[in-house]
Amino acid sequence: MSRHHESSGQEDSAARISFTIDGETCAAIAGQTIMEAADGAGVYIPRLCDEEGLDPQGSCRVCTVKVNGRPVASCVHPVGAGDVVENDTAEIRGWRRDLVRMLFHEGNHLCPICEASGRCELQAMGHRFETFEADLFPYLQPVRPVDASHPDIMLDTNRCIRCGRCIRASRDLDGKHVFGYVGRGINKRVGVNGIDLSHTDIDLDDMAAALETCPVGCIIRKRLGFFSPIGRRLFDMTPPGTAIQKRKGNSK
Amino acid sequence: MDTKSVVRAACAKYGSDRDRLIDILWEIQRASRHINDEGMEEVAAALGIHRVEVEGLVTFYSFFSSTPKGRITIRLCNDIIDRHAGADAVGQALVGALGIGFGETSGDGAFSLDHTSCIGLSDQAPAALINDVVVTNLTPAKARDLAELIKQGASPEELISVTGDGNNSHPLIHAMVSNNIRLRGAVLLHEEIPTEKGLAAALAMTPEQVAGEVTDAGLRGRGGAGFPTGRKLTLARGFPAERRYLVANADEGEPGTFKDRVLLTERADLLFEGMTIAAYAIGAAHGILYLRAEYAYLREYLEDVLKKRRDAGLLGGDILGSNRFSFDIRIQLGAGAYICGEESALISSCEGLRGEPKNRPPFPVEKGYMGFPTVVSNVESLCCIPRIMDMGSKWFGAFGTEESHGTKLLSVSGDCGKPGVYEVPFGLKIEELLQMAEALDPAIVQVGGPSGEMIGRGDFHRRIGFEDLSTGGAMMVFCARRNVLEIVDAFLEFFIDESCGYCTPCRVGSVFLRERIQRIMNGAGERSDMSYLEALGQTITATSRCGLGVSAPRPVIHSMRQFPLVYASLVKERKDGLQPGFDIQRGLDIARKIARRQSMIYDPRFGGKDE
Repeated sequence: MSRHHESSGQEDSAARISFTIDGETCAAIAGQTIMEAADGAGVYIPRLCDEEGLDPQGSCRVCTVKVNGRPVASCVHPVGAGDVVENDTAEIRGWRRDLVRMLFHEGNHLCPICEASGRCELQAMGHRFETFEADLFPYLQPVRPVDASHPDIMLDTNRCIRCGRCIRASRDLDGKHVFGYVGRGINKRVGVNGIDLSHTDIDLDDMAAALETCPVGCIIRKRLGFFSPIGRRLFDMTPPGTAIQKRKGNSK
Repeated sequence: MDTKSVVRAACAKYGSDRDRLIDILWEIQRASRHINDEGMEEVAAALGIHRVEVEGLVTFYSFFSSTPKGRITIRLCNDIIDRHAGADAVGQALVGALGIGFGETSGDGAFSLDHTSCIGLSDQAPAALINDVVVTNLTPAKARDLAELIKQGASPEELISVTGDGNNSHPLIHAMVSNNIRLRGAVLLHEEIPTEKGLAAALAMTPEQVAGEVTDAGLRGRGGAGFPTGRKLTLARGFPAERRYLVANADEGEPGTFKDRVLLTERADLLFEGMTIAAYAIGAAHGILYLRAEYAYLREYLEDVLKKRRDAGLLGGDILGSNRFSFDIRIQLGAGAYICGEESALISSCEGLRGEPKNRPPFPVEKGYMGFPTVVSNVESLCCIPRIMDMGSKWFGAFGTEESHGTKLLSVSGDCGKPGVYEVPFGLKIEELLQMAEALDPAIVQVGGPSGEMIGRGDFHRRIGFEDLSTGGAMMVFCARRNVLEIVDAFLEFFIDESCGYCTPCRVGSVFLRERIQRIMNGAGERSDMSYLEALGQTITATSRCGLGVSAPRPVIHSMRQFPLVYASLVKERKDGLQPGFDIQRGLDIARKIARRQSMIYDPRFGGKDE
């Protein structure tokens, strides 16, 4: 299944429908998810577990929108003709802020000492939703051992947000299955296909180990950290959603 | 037997079918009492899958273990009804007699001790599972006796000296469980219910007519959600597919619910008959009874009923000589996960996956088990179908109210004289039920279990039915002595334990709800905690992926609404302006230990504030 249609030019035969996001009329192709349709229309819906090129999972819930008054995860919900979608409202921003905070507080996210700082999507969402009340939620402070067994790649699941992007990338793009979910509930985490990472067939060329796959600092490349000075890091210049929002200008 | 042989035998038994991974892991768990690294590697190799997938299952289902369990595992139910009935004292007695704590296994590998969520015996609490064997109405003295027998080498089966009424005494069940049927209605628990008349009537009709009759009867899902059963059948039939499936949801895990236990024990034929009729209506050749692991003691009996039905031509090819309809049923045993009661999670579990809900749409009636149209229906709903076929939709619709036809089985437990199963017509008032159940001083009724609705005295005039109090059947009664927040805390603990962890709000948010409830219970709450809980609850309900997360904040929200004075008496602003959650003395203790000095300002001995 192809996702995130960059151009709708090849889909002439597909049924075109229209719907609205925050009052603005947008075009979509029947069968697209709300997020795909919004991306195409240049409307950015914030997200963490979703990444272009991977099947959507619908787990982080940050992309929650209201469709005809009902909350749904836009990355997995199909768009319908005439749907009235609410995206950037005070109520929904409040939910997203809570969800982003939950992820911050569930793990150990100490931005100043994290290699992913500046290119971390969770941090970027924190800025976007102004999650500055650091003491609102309790900190769960997990103490899981860091897996540094592999010569090139390190895994610190204390920073994992359970987005499963590494799992899908390894399974669907690399054809390997290096990662998988283990545990349940608050103890659910990313496990590896072996007693540790050195007992798996992961390597640096895997999409699962690509810098952009892990949205946080959970999968880390050894000997590669803090490579951009503050102010010139990826999200200092172009925070998530920049490319999608640019489409809007181009399409008009 | 070494791990390799155990795994080989387990995989062979299920034809190395990856979809039967739960059954395979059950075989290994029973034989080796755990599934270790080597076992996971071997299973993965035998099935051509990855080790991490196997580990994903072993660590998801609470009846599987990656570390060795004892030959006998005692699982004491610790839901709030059992605790009120004395489960904690029973637990202490077990710890004392066995010499191990909860979560531990004895050094010689003889026994393990664990807690478990509701096992469907709240009407005879405290109760426990000893391997598959159920023990009920426990006291500390009884628990000590059981522990002694176990230490002397008794098998779990040998612990049963007296068996219960009805089929509980059937040699294939042989359980000390009582049915506790307190009120028999006309539809399901009536003494004389003819079997197979409904099936014969259905087979004389077209499948469409059968679905139509169920629709006309106004039958709605008895699990609590109340989706019209006839519409489900019609929808599933409407999607073109080469195969369709019919699944009976016997994963009755909502704390305080046990009516399906009684139906499975006393109305197994009616259930299988209902499954057969529903299968005929949708055009399914295969059915699955998803049986929760806690009811494993019923499995042999149910398999025997199935066998007898096959022998009688009621299952298998050419049912009742109809020459056009064949259908058979397999039993899928669960492995300890409440979330599998959610229909799409149940389907994942039947497919040998982690019991996580699927993204919807598409709904199971379109793409369910193995991607084929599937109807998942509650045991009680399926039991109603043969009755409707036999007696007609008008007869069925005459019971109950305008929008809620038929009768409802209620599982009554807690502070009442007559806990048990009541078959009542819809429309019954809560106060009428409480009177029947001889609840002398009821203050709270939890309608529908933790995921349902908590009501106080002011709401006892309300009625059971889809118009008002919709319920899967749990009626937990609490008297005025009980602590509301203790109940809320227990329910949150349950949701946290049973969350699958897939989505953020349910996985993390419910932990935060409990943290704040406990803070309030400990007297450290402040008024702003109420709005905090309200807002957090709204986020969790709005953004969760399935009903578990949507429901998790309900005990908090309902209790704040129903019992504001209880909360008001617990949350107080402090005079010194410090945050109530901050314990200055505890904070200073650390500094005192390090500095070996006292605080001139805060130490009471120096006239400091003792707060």
